[in-house]
Amino acid sequence: MTDVQTTSPADAVAAVTDPTQDIAGRSLWQDAWRRLRANRAALTAVALLSVMTLLVLFGPMLSPYDFDYTDWDNVSVAPSFASGHYFGTDFVGRDLFVRTLEGGRISLLIGVVATLVSLVIGISWGATAGYLGGRIDNVMMRIVDILYAMPFMFFVILLMVFFGRNILLIFIAIGAINWLDMARIVRGQTISLKQREFVEAAVACGVSSRRIIFRHIVPNLLGVVAVYVTLTIPQVILVESFLSFLGLGVQEPYTSWGALVNEGAQQMESAVWMLIFPASFLALTLFCFNFIGDGLRDALDPKDR
Amino acid sequence: MSTPLLKLEDVRVHFPIADGFWHSRALKAVDGVSFELEAGSTLGVVGESGCGKSTLARAILGIHPPTSGRIWLDGTELTGLSRRAMQPHRRTMQIVFQDPLASLNPRMTVGEAIAEPLRVFRPELSAADRRRKVRQSMELVGLLPNQINRYPHEFSGGQCQRIGIARALVVEPKLLLCDEPVSALDVSIQAQIVNLLMDLQKEMGLALLFIAHDLSVVRHISDRVMVMYLGKTMELADRDTLYSQPQHPYTQALIGAVPIPDPVREREKEVTLLSGELPSPLSPPSGCVFRTRCPIAQEVCAQSVPALKPAERSPAAVACKFA
Repeated sequence: MTDVQTTSPADAVAAVTDPTQDIAGRSLWQDAWRRLRANRAALTAVALLSVMTLLVLFGPMLSPYDFDYTDWDNVSVAPSFASGHYFGTDFVGRDLFVRTLEGGRISLLIGVVATLVSLVIGISWGATAGYLGGRIDNVMMRIVDILYAMPFMFFVILLMVFFGRNILLIFIAIGAINWLDMARIVRGQTISLKQREFVEAAVACGVSSRRIIFRHIVPNLLGVVAVYVTLTIPQVILVESFLSFLGLGVQEPYTSWGALVNEGAQQMESAVWMLIFPASFLALTLFCFNFIGDGLRDALDPKDR
Repeated sequence: MSTPLLKLEDVRVHFPIADGFWHSRALKAVDGVSFELEAGSTLGVVGESGCGKSTLARAILGIHPPTSGRIWLDGTELTGLSRRAMQPHRRTMQIVFQDPLASLNPRMTVGEAIAEPLRVFRPELSAADRRRKVRQSMELVGLLPNQINRYPHEFSGGQCQRIGIARALVVEPKLLLCDEPVSALDVSIQAQIVNLLMDLQKEMGLALLFIAHDLSVVRHISDRVMVMYLGKTMELADRDTLYSQPQHPYTQALIGAVPIPDPVREREKEVTLLSGELPSPLSPPSGCVFRTRCPIAQEVCAQSVPALKPAERSPAAVACKFA
């Protein structure tokens, strides 16, 4: 792979020979970004995902129907442009185009928010445990082990029973489970990073532990974390879909891709469009995230390819 | 006599090694080392890999606080100080590491890396002042100050080592601990870095604790030399004394193994090769730790540990019963 030079060689030479001019460095992130841009699959996935996000955010405006409006004249009709139901309607006459995009909003929101929650808790927890080590590490990681041992579905069902179905609860439930993996990954990375001499140099200077964790350790493990995040988002979306499929997810009239696929699957024989549209949107999004994750992994760690 | 800048008295660093579930054994990385280092002078520390040289430097810095023994820096005792109380003394001593690239955070620009000690020790400096200091420091070690925004991976090993030295010197320490600063570099670059260190020493009145396993480099830079084996001092002497009349059999073997850049003399040289392997520091030999590989060892060597005492035939201090 050839590196794309943004400046001409003559400029570069001039910059080196002119001692009054500061030379701009190229960080590892910039290098990674350059490599990612050369990866066509990842780039396509990023483009598709951006289109998907825009569509999910602004698409519902393109339709004359609301997501909870029941069109009694068109119940369970096939997709048609004439009626304005681009994706058809479901068995109570709600427009599937708008509902698919609305469901996408919820699914992506859950994916991103729950991942962010797990990211923040997981990184702080894992980096602290790994960096401090010893007894603190032991206690912190045993807590993770104990939480791991809790049956996830049981936990979710309990939450639903006690607090009622609420979208916030889904965020909490999924986030509360997902940070465990993140904490373990981050802890392992931290332990290997803390042996490095630049951390020792910082310790020798008397830099505070907090600053070492957030300035020296965390930036160096973000590469691994970024890859993991792109794999966590689809996983969270799938978990939400699974919960919705079981009837534990978002509540009517709100919907998500998982809930739509569930409804569609029940009507598969009479109204196949109710399954095809949400399912393909879901699958496409998951593919995109996986390709981006793959591309990021290659871009951030070119030696491992 | 004035107080030495750095004084160690019977410093030991033991690491507990889990042995089964309940018991732990001690790995004696550094076992009873004492020396004094005058301001502005250089003490070379030589020895095989794993003999505790680097641990010694980390004990002085307080990264691995010593298990027992006492350390004085500039007249204040460091041992037993809390993390907070230790903080002002860290400015007096800085360290340069072996692997130049690993000692720099790959995500930080050179300017940020060199500025880090300033942030800690001179928080009153403004961002502009800090940047000016960083540039001065870069110039001091022979780097172009306009490279301030570049990242470590854009530099060569020798340049990275200069960055490491700039980072250490930016707070104007009195003592620089050099933990094998040249052993990861090409020979031609080694000379540059060693000469840079010597120039800086002259300019800033630095004291150096120069750890290496290359005897020629140590001979070039040191005023005094300490030879270590399995965490213990074998011999401590002036450079010229040590190289011309080595007293300890281990020192003799080390110096004999240095190639002479003259084929005729090299061929005629008598070399006493050490037999056997370096014993595990987990179960060092009884008595003199060197006796298992010593060409002149006798039964008495296994019975008691020889103390570091003035040698009979030279002004060195030697830990051998027959010197």
